[in-house]
Amino acid sequence: MLSINGLRASIDGKEILKGINLEIKPGEVHAIMGPNGSGKSTLASVLAGREEYEVTGGSVTFGGKDLLELAAEERAAEGIFLAFQYPVEIPGVTTINFLKTAVNEIRKYNGEEPLDAARFLKMVREKAKLVSMNDSLLKRALNEGFSGGEKKRNEIFQMAVLEPKLAILDETDSGLDIDALRIVAEGVNSLRSPERSAIVVTHYQRLLDYIVPDFVHVLYKGRIVKSGGKELAFELEEKGYDWIKAEVEAQEVN
Amino acid sequence: MSTETIDLRTKLITDFHARESVMNGEAKSAFHQKKRAAIVQFEELGFPTPQNEEWKYSNVRDLVSASYNFNTSDTLSAEDLIDLKMPEQAANILYFVNGHYNPALSTVVSSTEQIIIDSLQNAYKNNPDLVNSYFDELVKNDTDAFTSLNTAFAHDGVFIYVPNNQTVEHPVILRFVSDARVENVGSQPRNIIAVGKNAHVKIAEAFRTIGDERSFTNVVTEINVGEEAGVEYYKVQNESENAYHIGTTQVRMLNKSHFYAATVTLNGKFTRNNLNIVIDGEHCEAYMYGLYFPDGAQHVDNHTVADHRKPNSESNELYKGILRDRSKGVFNGKIFVRPDAQKTNAFQSCKNIVLSTDATMYTKPQLEIFADDVKCSHGTTTGQIDEEALFYMRSRGISKSEAMSLLMFAFCADVVSQIKIDSIREYLENVIAEKLSRK
Ligand SMILES: Nc1ncnc2c1ncn2[C@@H]1O[C@H](COP(=O)(O)OP(=O)(O)O)[C@@H](O)[C@H]1O
Ligand SMILES: [Mg+2]
Repeated sequence: MLSINGLRASIDGKEILKGINLEIKPGEVHAIMGPNGSGKSTLASVLAGREEYEVTGGSVTFGGKDLLELAAEERAAEGIFLAFQYPVEIPGVTTINFLKTAVNEIRKYNGEEPLDAARFLKMVREKAKLVSMNDSLLKRALNEGFSGGEKKRNEIFQMAVLEPKLAILDETDSGLDIDALRIVAEGVNSLRSPERSAIVVTHYQRLLDYIVPDFVHVLYKGRIVKSGGKELAFELEEKGYDWIKAEVEAQEVN
Repeated sequence: MSTETIDLRTKLITDFHARESVMNGEAKSAFHQKKRAAIVQFEELGFPTPQNEEWKYSNVRDLVSASYNFNTSDTLSAEDLIDLKMPEQAANILYFVNGHYNPALSTVVSSTEQIIIDSLQNAYKNNPDLVNSYFDELVKNDTDAFTSLNTAFAHDGVFIYVPNNQTVEHPVILRFVSDARVENVGSQPRNIIAVGKNAHVKIAEAFRTIGDERSFTNVVTEINVGEEAGVEYYKVQNESENAYHIGTTQVRMLNKSHFYAATVTLNGKFTRNNLNIVIDGEHCEAYMYGLYFPDGAQHVDNHTVADHRKPNSESNELYKGILRDRSKGVFNGKIFVRPDAQKTNAFQSCKNIVLSTDATMYTKPQLEIFADDVKCSHGTTTGQIDEEALFYMRSRGISKSEAMSLLMFAFCADVVSQIKIDSIREYLENVIAEKLSRK
């Protein structure tokens, strides 16, 4: 489904991703962990098509297409979704109106008729219930004045509406209490299917209790320096990152 | 002598004296004496040049270098208006064609107990003392040539009088249509609005054009806001690519009154709006909203004044602009807080999105504060569209152009949502959406 080979990316001339290799098959959930500043959000942004980052090497294919050739909105229409670490506030545009535009633009891209208002509303109400999102939030300006938790929940709600093939969650768990965390995880799990995949970027093992990953990767200094099964997350929880940093530094010396 | 060889200033002065010479007793009236004083002032001032600080960025050379027919008779029928797609609304709707009141096109639905609505001409005929007591009482003819010119030629326009304690249910919509189908036309409507104590009314001025020749509108509106009164005043300009518009709205507020203004400029070649509010009472609230959206080589200049003369009042101002292509925008916002006006709150903000490197926005907030116990703030921003917001929207599948439209529509909504006459607000939303879809 997603195949990343030797991906390098920089911003303002500074190289952040230094050769990422990652293979994600349909139905798989991959967790990406790693210390702050490793490049996790950068990887997520580059996959979603943020233009500020310059891709300086490597390739990414998604569903057989050259992802790097596509504009951000085309990637979304192809089925990529990024739940932002810091969702943006957009004054004057209601969540509901925003989502309706998004749904219909994606349908247009895929050669489908726009959803009529009644069907759209029905679908949106169901999804809102799924993530216990209050209807009143839908009528408010997108993320404006939302609490941190409400913003994160809104990301998962949007994901549920758009039903992406590949969801990328960038620290959606940080700043959430345990109840909110469970709701977010349920939202993600409800989308799990043999065709859908996810990349879950997180600092904490606790999210992975709810969203059980097939693979865990450690990103450090712009490279994936370790990969394993879900037990790797427990190991990291227990021992922190210092042993990994030490391993990397030892290799750099050699 | 061909008209081209005479400059507009000389021609207008000659016109004035020609009209005066055929007047009889009327020339001696107090009304006419005000006009005569004004033409002298106009003659002294002449049309402004960019050396005049108030006209630094707005050059009227092009405007005054043509001639205009100011004396067209009524030329429009109801069918001619169809293409303008005027919004429908249960309201008092008055049409002025090239500045002249057109009773056949107009409808007044409110009762005369609630509100007197008449053309300035008729009102003066029927009630000369009442009209004269308001005419030319608020404006300054000695500093602004266009205002003095309007005063000198004041002949038609609207006269609105709301007696004390009346709340007028139906809005008053004044539609000024320039018919520039066959020649360059000029109009100088003069509007007088007097709102009594504890009276409430909504009034809109809409400016439109038919035809491709030049139109030159020089409008002056005087608004007297009585004690405890509430006035909502909207000025909407959607004129042609060849429309020149100079307008002054002069307002005086008395104790405990509220005044809301929204000035929206969607189209026109050259537009200058002066909105001057004298807050001559305590516990008043004045609101000034503005929106301008020029493209091509259009020019929009908004000059505003909030003049606080008494203590304990508040003024709030928000002007927003989107500039495309080679367009130019000017915002000059003056706040005066006179020595007596302690405990004044005055806020001003001007926000602009400049979408092209060839477009220019000039902003100049001017605060002159002579009292010490006041709260004042002002801020101007001029920038591009928010890239973070744009990426967020695109990452959800919304195309760049659609995302820009949504963001800009939202940007405009802060001002448009202030307009409380439904048909006008909806009309503006439609025109803005249409403008946004035209790339
Ligand atoms: N817009 C930017 N401009 C300059 N440096 C950036 C920018 N975004 C991220 N970086 C840098 O890239 C590195 C990786 O950041 P990020 O991808 O946010 O890491 P993580 O998400 O793993 O914490 C950091 O050193 C950060 O300072
Ligand atoms: Mg991050």
